Amino acid sequence: MIKITRKIEFSAAHYYHNPNFSAEENRRIFGKCNNPHGHGHNYVLEVTVAGEPDPDTGMVLDLKELKDILQCEVADRMDHRHLNYEVPELAGQIPTCENIAAVIWRLIEPKITKGKLDRVRLYESPDLFADCTAERNGAGGSEVGGNR
Amino acid sequence: MSNPLKLSLTRRYRFSASHRLHRANLSEEENLRLYGKCSNLHGHGHNYVLEVTITGPVDPATGMIANLGELDPFVEREVIEPFDYKYLNEEVPEFAANVPTTENVCREIYRRLKKFPAARIARVRIEETSKNTFEYDGDSNGVEGLRHEG
Repeated sequence: MIKITRKIEFSAAHYYHNPNFSAEENRRIFGKCNNPHGHGHNYVLEVTVAGEPDPDTGMVLDLKELKDILQCEVADRMDHRHLNYEVPELAGQIPTCENIAAVIWRLIEPKITKGKLDRVRLYESPDLFADCTAERNGAGGSEVGGNR
Repeated sequence: MSNPLKLSLTRRYRFSASHRLHRANLSEEENLRLYGKCSNLHGHGHNYVLEVTITGPVDPATGMIANLGELDPFVEREVIEPFDYKYLNEEVPEFAANVPTTENVCREIYRRLKKFPAARIARVRIEETSKNTFEYDGDSNGVEGLRHEG
């Protein structure tokens, strides 16, 4: 099994706010991320696909194809957008690193026709990232919450 | 609907500390042979980078596995404050009888962090330098903590 990884960057705005919380609770739980004017990040996305290289091409999946999938499914949707207002897939969810990573998984997983999506790693900053992987049978990990 | 997804969140922290790799039950010659320049009598230091990975259900109300407002002060209190700008051999009691190799530092940090109440600590990873990294996930067979060595 070989794993190949493609990286892209996108820049987006967001803020954290749950309408079911009081203003005070929102400030306490989300801190400065609750600023209603929003703030932004340069996100770095690493997408890993695992599989056996095709004997005819020597490739698991043509990285150009993966690049196009990431451009179409992620960058075109999220780059220079406000994640709270402009990305329907995140509607009703707090746009945290965890939730964005899960949305990206669900957007790109069906598009990968060769190999298997192995991991979505989303850096919000160099010191904070979320990993999204498929739950292994009986591994006892966490299922994503939220409305989907 | 696709299969359930597993989410983890990793946060990077930094601390600077000195250590010396040396065992009292070995001769100076044996220490030098085993640990090389790391056994230098006066110790040496590193800018350690600590990665802490948590897993657990993502709370739909917050979108979070755990609030960094809880994780950051916990790691600060349990690890950064007691380790940063310290001589690990003499100022962290757990290394009085255990060589503070970064393998052992990983396990000691995991031991300190695993009581984090808001999420499961899935992994501790340390970059001792940009070339040397170490990680510990608590051992699937349940063996945790430090071996006591001479």
